[in-house]
Amino acid sequence: MKIRVKLFASVRQALGRSLLELELPEGATVADLQAQLQSQFAQLHLENAGVLVAVNLRYAKPDQVLHDEDEVALIPPVGGG
Amino acid sequence: MERTKQRLFEITTEPISVDEVNDRVAARSIGAITSFTGVVRDRTGEREVEFLEYEAYPEMAETMLAQIGAEIQQRWPQIKAVSIVHRTGRLAVGEVSVVIAVAAAHRLDTFDACRYAIDRLKIVVPIWKREIGPSGEVWIEPREDLPSKTRSEGDGE
Repeated sequence: MKIRVKLFASVRQALGRSLLELELPEGATVADLQAQLQSQFAQLHLENAGVLVAVNLRYAKPDQVLHDEDEVALIPPVGGG
Repeated sequence: MERTKQRLFEITTEPISVDEVNDRVAARSIGAITSFTGVVRDRTGEREVEFLEYEAYPEMAETMLAQIGAEIQQRWPQIKAVSIVHRTGRLAVGEVSVVIAVAAAHRLDTFDACRYAIDRLKIVVPIWKREIGPSGEVWIEPREDLPSKTRSEGDGE
């Protein structure tokens, strides 16, 4: 399945785009997505940088299973206020 | 509960008025409104600041702001209404970045609830800021003196 991933702030800048598309096997989890991103974009250091994954506007746990129509986003450390 | 029709939790590119956000939670039964205003400051430590550039994931940010409102009403049932409005885009020194208004019949708990709202906002709401000054640009990450609640906890508590 194709998963579209929204990118923001430092991650968007590091990759030079605000959206990317990943091909993942059916039943893939958030952890699988993180692993694939990490292997595809070694410069990201997602885990060390504290980048979380959101699915359908909520923070997701690593074992959450992804579906075709999910809205996925990478959330670098936030700093509003 | 009487309440205005305006949205209570909003990400906006327009300037924010404190009075207007207070009005969003005002009602005949409300006797106390405590509000917090975040303003762009001219420096961070030694670094001089000219602008802050705020970026948000607006749909998720509004969802998380509403979640903070729900957490507050669960923790402090006397709180009748909460409104949180955060601005994005380029803000100059002195401009308002966020306004939080917390309303109740009586003042008790409105102070704690308002503080809770800004502390949680800084940890969970997908808003980022970049400082722009004479020495360049830098993404500002969360300060370490905030409550050590992790962002992934989701539904509060």
